Amino acid sequence: MNDRPPSAPVLILSYGNPSRGDDALGPVMFDMLEKHKQETTDLDRVDLLTDFQLQIEHAVDLENRQCILFVDAGVSCAEPFELRLLQAEKDDTFTTHAMSPASVLAVYNQINQDEAPPACLLTIRAYEFGLGLPMSEAARKNLDLAFQYIIGGQWIQHC
Amino acid sequence: MRRIVIEPLTRVEGHGKVTLLQGKNRNIRQARLHITEFRGFEKFIQGRPYWELPVLVQRLCGICPVSHHLAAAKATDMIVGARELTPTAEKIRRLMHYGQTLQSHALHFFHLCSPDLLFGYDDEVRHRNVVGVIEDSPELAKQGVLLRKYGQEVIRVTAGKRIHGTGAIPGGVNKSLSLDEIHYLQDEIARMIGWAQGAVELIKKIFFEHYDYHLGFASIESSMMSLVKADGGFELYHGGMRARDREGKAIFDHVDYCHYTDYIRESVKDWSYMKFPFISSLGEAKGWYRVGPLARVNNCDFFSTPLAEAERIEFMAIGNGLPVQSTMAYHWARLIELLHCTEAIAELLCDRDLVGTDLRTKGEMQSSGTGVIEAPRGTLFHHYEVDEQGIVEKASLIVSTTNNNQAMNESIRKVANQYLDGHRLSEALLNQVEVAIRAYDPCLSCATHAIGKMPMELNLLNVRGELIDRLEKRVTGQISRTL
Repeated sequence: MNDRPPSAPVLILSYGNPSRGDDALGPVMFDMLEKHKQETTDLDRVDLLTDFQLQIEHAVDLENRQCILFVDAGVSCAEPFELRLLQAEKDDTFTTHAMSPASVLAVYNQINQDEAPPACLLTIRAYEFGLGLPMSEAARKNLDLAFQYIIGGQWIQHC
Repeated sequence: MRRIVIEPLTRVEGHGKVTLLQGKNRNIRQARLHITEFRGFEKFIQGRPYWELPVLVQRLCGICPVSHHLAAAKATDMIVGARELTPTAEKIRRLMHYGQTLQSHALHFFHLCSPDLLFGYDDEVRHRNVVGVIEDSPELAKQGVLLRKYGQEVIRVTAGKRIHGTGAIPGGVNKSLSLDEIHYLQDEIARMIGWAQGAVELIKKIFFEHYDYHLGFASIESSMMSLVKADGGFELYHGGMRARDREGKAIFDHVDYCHYTDYIRESVKDWSYMKFPFISSLGEAKGWYRVGPLARVNNCDFFSTPLAEAERIEFMAIGNGLPVQSTMAYHWARLIELLHCTEAIAELLCDRDLVGTDLRTKGEMQSSGTGVIEAPRGTLFHHYEVDEQGIVEKASLIVSTTNNNQAMNESIRKVANQYLDGHRLSEALLNQVEVAIRAYDPCLSCATHAIGKMPMELNLLNVRGELIDRLEKRVTGQISRTL
């Protein structure tokens, strides 16, 4: 697509299903960040994106960035959240309808024949993913702490 | 009877498990693809106001939310008494649906199934995934990404947002397109048509290079069902129901889908949450059928677009006057549809109704509504009943993959009978079962993703339920025998 708007140097891509209990952590984080972006100048150099799942086309969204933060819900990370630097990884999630952030980076590398921008994954501790369930109280507390951490900007040092 | 369990499947969404039931002579008597997660669609929808449905149901599935969006919109059209949409509304919805089908088929061929086709089912495992495709053919992989991206852009422009779109509303759409948006999509459509043509040429080359294998692998004979236009033409958005038997003879034709329960019934099994639909007149044992690209291309009399129609004629020729029953031909049919979608998008983008301002109609409120469309994976049914305040009292859905439930089991059984060597599980068998299922592009999606929850386990149990063999497949793709 030729006339896409210029990309901001930083991308925060939060993903999950808003109607799947704690899987909503990603999209709710997106809503909170979007509101914060409208009210302050903290995120002026940041693009915000959200989706149900990661897929191959998200490799295109990574183009022309200085760094990227993926935000997801996870049941096996420490509370309240974990941050880790990502390496492009050709893992088996390539072959599912949903991809891991590391495999999106790998798609970027392959189709652009270049290294993807530095990227981190922030995984917020989640507990329940049932269809129609509300977000759990424990997950919401983790979300608030993760939000403060993101807008604090410390995560960029890890990228 | 010996039981062989494979779980969960890789490369298809959600959690799947396969059990093979072996008879005394070691033939596979029955194959069972288990769906172990209860999704609770109907309960999720009950109690919601009807006007929320087109947006709400997108959350049922992260893989094809637009399909649910449009099926629900069609059902709510009936509830608000909108018997016929305005030309602008109908064409915008069609455009959205072509975008959805385009992006779904592009993903499936270029990044989910092309490894099976390009390298064959017995290729070394690490090479069979998309990494192998990209390493060997980076340009092909890029085309897949950009075709999918284009489809997503069509959705964004027509639905208003990239996800959670609100484009279709009861009785119409909430916006038309601007000329800038049309020009934006027109800029790239010729390139998309070219890539789609290239994809069809590629699948034909692959299919004919290993013709006997592709014709016979997981092949079964079944009835097929789809929507068709009133003139018998190919249709994805709106039409009558047509079912043909394994010889291509009509079982029913041009049926008003509002009466689908008169023609389709569902049975349940105690080992799966997924129901088993069947054609009532044929009974449960013989009435199972297939839906999706293979059924649609077989069932239609013609495509309205010239490139896809030429490809349909070539495709049907391999059936020698009978329906093409090859399971691997799903891939070929899927790409003919992909080509049709690009052509149809190009045609629609020249239609000035897209910029019209007459967006919505309504009439006398009704207490129920049915919406049926051809989703990328097959026929999708939504039916709702509402109370006087418009609150949903009852919701019934048959999702596309459910229609193919028994057919997938039959294909698995065919593969297992052909390739199971004695009572010892093998990596090759596991891969072949996956290839057979993947041909249907099943959506077992729960639209969620729990990191680290997708190991794969293959168990072999004897008649007494004792575990006698087990293979584990990790998320890295590494397979090890753990017993």
